[in-house]
Amino acid sequence: MDPDAPDLQDARATEAERRLVERLRAGDEAAFMDLVDREGPAMLRLARRFVPSQAVAEEVVQETWVAVLNGIDRFEGRSSLRTWLYRILVNRAKTRGIRERRTVPFATLAGDEARGDFSAVDPSRFLPADHDRWPHHWATPIRRWEAEPEHAAQAAETLALIADAISALPQTQRTVITLRDVEGWSGPEVSNALEITETNQRVLLHRARSRVRAALEPHLAIA
Amino acid sequence: MTDPTSLPEMPCRDIVEVVTGYLENALSDADRRRFEAHLAICEACDMYIDQIRTTIALTGRTVEPQDLPPDLREGLRHAFRDWSA
Repeated sequence: MDPDAPDLQDARATEAERRLVERLRAGDEAAFMDLVDREGPAMLRLARRFVPSQAVAEEVVQETWVAVLNGIDRFEGRSSLRTWLYRILVNRAKTRGIRERRTVPFATLAGDEARGDFSAVDPSRFLPADHDRWPHHWATPIRRWEAEPEHAAQAAETLALIADAISALPQTQRTVITLRDVEGWSGPEVSNALEITETNQRVLLHRARSRVRAALEPHLAIA
Repeated sequence: MTDPTSLPEMPCRDIVEVVTGYLENALSDADRRRFEAHLAICEACDMYIDQIRTTIALTGRTVEPQDLPPDLREGLRHAFRDWSA
């Protein structure tokens, strides 16, 4: 294992996962296909974040499942099955990503992207530090949002805007917000799978969410 | 994320930088109290936090449930049969 990997608390395998592992070991194809159908689409989306094409992402998913099957007898349930599965996937996807395109390790990129200046909101929207009464408070009140659009077309437009904003983010921010807010993973699951620190995970999430909020602001703010 | 200032009151400009730390339960007790004390008196920041929550909720709706490509799915079924044979 990567010596720089964060030592994070990780949920152990649940009783249901242990039973599932037993069924896989016994060669239960239906149980395997259920698991493939449940996790496969998210695995494919995640792999795609690291490699340059859909075809390579599919290969990574295929290789991951073969590695999972070959390692299932050694799975001891010290981590959850899901965490174990995604760690294998991410390691393979990173290796392929480096081979195909990238030379900078993901954790290094994550550290670089988490450093440096950042403003969640344009600094000109706050009063200056030397303001006599309200330093660093909003210069003008922010506008309320119409967040529940009445028309389906408008809702679709909002979602498309979010997808565009996420695509425009630097890679590690994009990966973190996708796992956290699109796929619904927990913070520890994400830092574990990506082998980045909890702090960097949180900073990247913060930057990504702030950017997406800023992209939505002109669209949702009530005039 | 910029470190919050040590002023007794947390100004709006800091609120927008520590909001994720707040939502992730990662602030110190002292900063969490300053954060909450500010929200209680600042409608704009309260609205900003709501907008972040809305952003998170809307982002969660951007993925359509999708199936695996059939070729990949069948490839995995065959891999399983080979493995269990």
